[in-house]
Amino acid sequence: MQYLVSVIHDDSLLASDEEQAAIDVFNEQLVADGHWVFAGGLGGPATATVLDNRADAGVVTDGPFVETREYIIGFWVMEAPDLDVALRLAAAGSKACNRKVEVRPFL
Amino acid sequence: MTPSDARVAITQAHRHEWGRVVAALARKFGDLDIAEEAAAEAFATAVERWPVDGVPPNPGAWLTTTAGRKAIDRIRRESKRDDKHKEARLVHDDDPPEPLGAIDDDRLRLIFTCCHPALAVETRVALTLRMVGGLTVAEIARAFLVQETAMGQRITRAKAKIKAARIPYRVPSAEDLPARVTGVLAVLYLVFNEGYLATGPSTDPIRPGLTTEAIRLARLLHTLVPDDGEVTGLLALMLLIEARRAARTSATGDLVPLDEQNRGAWDRALIAEGHRLIRQRLATGEAPGRYQVLAAINAVHTSAPDIRDTDWSQILALYTQLTHLDPSPVVALNRAIALAELDGPAVALAAIDSLAPRLTNYHPFHAARADLLRRLGQTDAAREAYDRAIDLAANTAESTHLIRRRSQLG
Repeated sequence: MQYLVSVIHDDSLLASDEEQAAIDVFNEQLVADGHWVFAGGLGGPATATVLDNRADAGVVTDGPFVETREYIIGFWVMEAPDLDVALRLAAAGSKACNRKVEVRPFL
Repeated sequence: MTPSDARVAITQAHRHEWGRVVAALARKFGDLDIAEEAAAEAFATAVERWPVDGVPPNPGAWLTTTAGRKAIDRIRRESKRDDKHKEARLVHDDDPPEPLGAIDDDRLRLIFTCCHPALAVETRVALTLRMVGGLTVAEIARAFLVQETAMGQRITRAKAKIKAARIPYRVPSAEDLPARVTGVLAVLYLVFNEGYLATGPSTDPIRPGLTTEAIRLARLLHTLVPDDGEVTGLLALMLLIEARRAARTSATGDLVPLDEQNRGAWDRALIAEGHRLIRQRLATGEAPGRYQVLAAINAVHTSAPDIRDTDWSQILALYTQLTHLDPSPVVALNRAIALAELDGPAVALAAIDSLAPRLTNYHPFHAARADLLRRLGQTDAAREAYDRAIDLAANTAESTHLIRRRSQLG
């Protein structure tokens, strides 16, 4: 069972050196315990480009699909047997990166 | 065996066996939908068969076995359920009957699943009443004043989330247990309070169905985790409040406050049981939690044969203890009300007024102020406070009581 743990960014600051170091420690633990699948940080909404090619029109729009104050700045894909384990890992991840996280299962 | 005997037996079995049957099926098939639907089909079959064949010697076992067969039929019918794991389980379905302990564990697992923190609190309440308590969706919707379709959707969404997010069907690990039991108790207390002081202009002021159900579930939880002090405390608290139910409303539907209640109408058996549970907790010497202190306060009230015999200094001491466990303004308000009995209404009013900014929309705050102002002879201020309390009160018997008190001001 895999879970997407999205990191919710709600201020203008990127991860500090201290937060980055905590994230590295957390990631190493995820790998060591067999929960690591994939993780990554994302550029902010200003770097986003939206495409709509459903009608072969190739419409390209600068900027994000939705304008919100909170947005996803990064994510983990974690392997966990059930939601309780995923929530425990996500809680540690939230602490490490010092941000809110959202947990969702892959179907 | 008359058809009416069979009906009584089915009603009783529904009350006592529903949670067991659903829990046993949920464990076996790992799916709350299948468990619930198969349990409902088994009860429907009982309605057909029992008046004809007679009530089986062990209704619970009959229902569990029948529901198990219904579940297998259902899974076979639904071709998409071709998952190898489930097939393998079906082959080995002729399990011997479960020992009693395992069945109790099933229900405990079911309670923790329904009260999982990943579900919204109102969803936990609804799901627990449905899956463990066996209330119909219509009954739950009525109890919480929402449309039946909305309540049905809430329960369906919760079951879908449990399945998709894989909320585990198990008793939480030792490290998670205390926090998770707290969540379960909060759900049961919510159910109880909605029954005890029902909200809404068009409902009965007291709904015994909900208080009885909350007590039944608390008893079940207490049987399953007898050593948890707060579980014992909440059960004792509910019993001691429920014991006063008959005396709490007048023939005209007016709320009767504690100091005017006919104590002869209190249920002595429930009081004795509540007191016994509290003594049991005291004997452990462990520091009590919030529910245990609340239960102790109610024990002091129910120990007094007459309002004049109430040991207010002990009640005040318990509220002071509660303030440390729960520093909320509501607790501070209740402590001030006890203070009025010892140090007089002026001292209590001063204590209450400091809470005004935080309790301005809480009707018991205005009701308490009104009462103290009345006792101090400040009629105009008291009337104003009663008006505010009446505006905010959501329970019909409480409003009636407050209106009566206001009219007595002269």
